Amino acid sequence: MASIASVFQRYGYRFNRLGLCAAIVILFWIMVALFAPLILPHPVGKIVDYDFYGPVSSAFPLGTDYLGRDMLSRILMGTRYTVGISVVAVFLACSIGVCLGMTAAVTGGWFDTIFSRLMDALNSIPSKLFGLVVVSGVGSSIPALIMTLTVIYAPSSYRFARSLSVNVNTMDFITVARTRGEGTFYLIISEIFPNILRPVLADFGLRFVFIVLLLSGLSFLGLGVQPPHADWGALVRENVGGLSYGAPAVIFPSLAIASLTISVNILIDNLPQKIRDRS
Amino acid sequence: MENLVEIRGLGIKAQTDSGRMIDIIRNVDLDIPAGEIVALIGESGSGKTTLALSIMGYLRPGCRFGGGTISIAGQNIMALSEKQRASLRGTEIAYVPQSAAAAFNPALRIMDQVIEVTAIHRLMSPEEARQRAIVLFRALSLPSPETIGDRYPHQVSGGQLQRLAAAMALISDPKLVIFDEPTTALDVTTQIEVLRAFKDVMRLSGASGVYVSHDLAVVAQIADRIVVLKDGQVQEEGRKADILTAARHPYTRELLAAFTPTPAAGAKADADTPRKGYILEVENIRAGYGARDENGEPRIIAVDSVTLKLKAGQNLGIIGESGCGKSTLARVISGILPPFSGSIQFDGREIAAAAADRQREELRKLQIVFQHADTALNPLKPVGEILGRPLTFYHRMNGKERDDRIDQLLDLVHLPKSIRYRLPSELSGGQKQRINFARALAADPVLILCDEITSALDTVVAAAIVDLLKELQKELSLSYLFISHDISTVRSICDEIVVMYEGQKVDQFPAQALGDESNHQYTRLLNASVPRLDPDWLDNLDISGFAAMGR
Repeated sequence: MASIASVFQRYGYRFNRLGLCAAIVILFWIMVALFAPLILPHPVGKIVDYDFYGPVSSAFPLGTDYLGRDMLSRILMGTRYTVGISVVAVFLACSIGVCLGMTAAVTGGWFDTIFSRLMDALNSIPSKLFGLVVVSGVGSSIPALIMTLTVIYAPSSYRFARSLSVNVNTMDFITVARTRGEGTFYLIISEIFPNILRPVLADFGLRFVFIVLLLSGLSFLGLGVQPPHADWGALVRENVGGLSYGAPAVIFPSLAIASLTISVNILIDNLPQKIRDRS
Repeated sequence: MENLVEIRGLGIKAQTDSGRMIDIIRNVDLDIPAGEIVALIGESGSGKTTLALSIMGYLRPGCRFGGGTISIAGQNIMALSEKQRASLRGTEIAYVPQSAAAAFNPALRIMDQVIEVTAIHRLMSPEEARQRAIVLFRALSLPSPETIGDRYPHQVSGGQLQRLAAAMALISDPKLVIFDEPTTALDVTTQIEVLRAFKDVMRLSGASGVYVSHDLAVVAQIADRIVVLKDGQVQEEGRKADILTAARHPYTRELLAAFTPTPAAGAKADADTPRKGYILEVENIRAGYGARDENGEPRIIAVDSVTLKLKAGQNLGIIGESGCGKSTLARVISGILPPFSGSIQFDGREIAAAAADRQREELRKLQIVFQHADTALNPLKPVGEILGRPLTFYHRMNGKERDDRIDQLLDLVHLPKSIRYRLPSELSGGQKQRINFARALAADPVLILCDEITSALDTVVAAAIVDLLKELQKELSLSYLFISHDISTVRSICDEIVVMYEGQKVDQFPAQALGDESNHQYTRLLNASVPRLDPDWLDNLDISGFAAMGR
């Protein structure tokens, strides 16, 4: 641990221990999402235990679910849905929001007015309610989920990026670039974007957490990932009946959600800091 | 005379973010005799404010004492507990900050803030404190001393607020008052009133003072002793007259040299300027800010019917106080703020009002350099990229050709080639301003608008920049429109000077004629207000004849 910190230090960055731990947890879940099929102890849909809500045992390290399927395998496979859908959705939401936000701040005028009001209108719709309406309207599929999550989270990303860009836009180096005759595209890409990147990345992480929680919430309500597949939220819902039996099957997917979201939150609060003292 | 403050072998350390300890104050010995004012002078980063604050036993976060003693009236302040030190602050030692505007709470009345310290230390009853404050207001020659305390901070001017901050410090009758660059942010004409008030009130109270400043001429008016600091060490110390007339240390000499008037640039003959005629003609410009009324006029008019002409190869200076519209005029000429009436002729042709409508060639020939290099350079781009962009944009240079030209530009502004890989945050203030200027040169302009480019710099650094401008003008046959509130800088570089007041041009004359009887009354007021190194200047100054002007 200390040696990893010193590696960062050598490249001019300071990374504290808490942030490092969070980064390791996130890296773990990413690896799981990528390589889940290779490390599954049991086939994900196969009933392997005669008992349901089985306890923690050497054969089934995280117990079994309400049908007697191996919980470890189901959580490992669920990672793909939870992390995959959330990453794609947060990527789309942030890209759309940040691009439009920077453009609105730089161009100003009617473009800014129209987009800002439009985004405000979208922002005013409660996110869970919107998700419920869309999924019950067009049905639940992975593309539909991604689009819904994107539409819900792009407006707040737009607001965030726009307010950051408006501040950068008043700096003298932007005025200098404008009097040089630079176009909007250059201003956005070369002058504004690098200066808002850090807060935008922090916002990216935070929004990822919101999306994981909303996706888990939708799945818990039965509107997210549909059986036979299951993400973490759906796993909690499937096994919620085991709560009264103290079954591990409902605890472990909840822990998975908590560990991922809390780690992302901790990481963005403790990103590596550039050391300014170079001598 | 007995010393009120004795500092022996003081060291102050700070920890950087990589965990390294650096010395910001090294082995400083300092005496402050009772009833005298000691000035701490030095460039930014020399540790003068840190040293001044340490006399109160106060260190900014991240700093710690590295040995030595500070004794005030025989009491070693470093041996005291934080609670004991707090009881000294505000009663025995008081502090006047640089920016009174930031030091006053905008939501409370001035009087409540001025007498707050007497309540904290239970020195006197509120009614007594109020009476005492009014006496101080009168001593500081504030207008309507009985009622000014009932106002809020935004209802008084910057100079008045600075004096009110002094009243706040003096209310508890301290033995020592620390002034931290209290006039640096003020206009010259306001500075005089504030300096006078400080001097009178300090004479009345008989307290000792520490006056932190980077301006030797200001210090010459108010201090008894001068201590010159550089890199956290005392370079030279002595009585005011000795330092001003017989400075021994090279750095002090440099500071003094920055004050000796340099010959006006007007000396160079018109013969060696290749282009004839006017490079810039500005006619009847009216511009402003805020919502437009039915005639298209903005609510606040910042520049009112200004007409200017600038000959090719010559320099025009624009001077005036803050808020006189001089920077707005530069923004109008560069097309950042289109005027609502008037025309601009540049290089013999009329150009569009807004920069977006101008042709690329017109933009290239007319460059603007801003005051604050910190905000004028993108903090995330290395120097090479900052200088390279105009080369690619205007001259379509790339690769080797571009790299060579960047090296040339760095050479022109006297910076080493290796600097091109650095980020602006890794440069000093003077280096940043050189890069800022080199970027304008990269376009190969014929006219450069310099908007207060030396105002944020230390005296010595600013003098070097002005020398650089003059040198480059000879080499590159440039014209400058030089905007400043500093009349001596303008005089040293410009052929012609325009004086602005409340948005209007009130005077125009050749630089040599500055100080003549033919000058406008306001010009004479401005000129008379510039601090001189002469210690008796402030006492002998008679500006009562100008009192009717402005204010």
